Amino acid sequence: MSVDETMSRIDLSALIAAVADTVSAHAEELTALDQAIGDGDHGLNMKRGFEAVRAESVALAEKPLPDALKAIGTKLVMTVGGASGPLFGTLFLTLGKELPTEPDRTELAAAFGKAVDAVAARGKSQAGQKTMLDVLYPVQAALAAGRTGAEIADAADTAAEATKPLKAIRGRASFLGDRSIGHVDPGARSSALIVRAITKTLERG
Amino acid sequence: MKNVGIVIVSHSAKVAEGTADMVRQMVGDEVPLAWCGGNPEGGLGTSVEAIMQAIDRAWSEAGVAILVDLGGAETNSEMAIEMIGEPRANRIVVCNAPIVEGAVMAATEASGGASLREVVATAHELAPA
Repeated sequence: MSVDETMSRIDLSALIAAVADTVSAHAEELTALDQAIGDGDHGLNMKRGFEAVRAESVALAEKPLPDALKAIGTKLVMTVGGASGPLFGTLFLTLGKELPTEPDRTELAAAFGKAVDAVAARGKSQAGQKTMLDVLYPVQAALAAGRTGAEIADAADTAAEATKPLKAIRGRASFLGDRSIGHVDPGARSSALIVRAITKTLERG
Repeated sequence: MKNVGIVIVSHSAKVAEGTADMVRQMVGDEVPLAWCGGNPEGGLGTSVEAIMQAIDRAWSEAGVAILVDLGGAETNSEMAIEMIGEPRANRIVVCNAPIVEGAVMAATEASGGASLREVVATAHELAPA
């Protein structure tokens, strides 16, 4: 089953469970990454947010896809507690605004592009500044290029790892200047984890 | 209240409350003032919901100036403004200024009946160039 075939009938509760599982399982790793260059709360914040989403997954799965995505975005905004809340929240809120109820690949790639731009605007950031955007833009490119779910997830992992030598310009890590070099950005890592959980679940059908 | 309101948003409730105490003592009660600090679980961080409530408490028809400490406080404040929406959203501004000095200076300016634009400009003068 490919990403394209399953987009039209998404099992949202399975997707939410997969994302919450991976975020919670990697919470300590994300927090450790954040302790190196941020304020050390990324894992805990993301876990709180996605577990709050999971707690409502039955109700969410009953909504049309755009409404469910908007509700997920709002929940993340309200529960994450750090800057990741509005950033990941904006990603989902914008996807909800831009996606039709049964999107095809072209519509998904277009909506995802707008959602990533909205995250960039929210964070007043751009690619190359050691942020989640350094994963989201390559994912958008892979989506638009018709790559398989596994290829998209691999592109996300490679992109997250590639934030290691970058110097942070935005966010708390920018206070560290050159000392931010040599660490993977926590938001890039969590983005890659979420992308893999989603593509894996979609391809399993 | 016709004076511009001031909202203080810190990752720490203690910092936010302490900053508000300083504003009250140095500026007085002529300015609507509210603060919030801490994430939705009460740990260090900020909460969009708490920020929206603080804006409500400090609301003035003249507008509200928000002073923040670190990155997430700014992003969460901008998100709160967007969720409050128009017509109030265009009268709420996040100041680019140090939180303590900015809150005191903005409140001082606001207590004299200055416009939101003037209050925000006064706070911005404290930002590093």
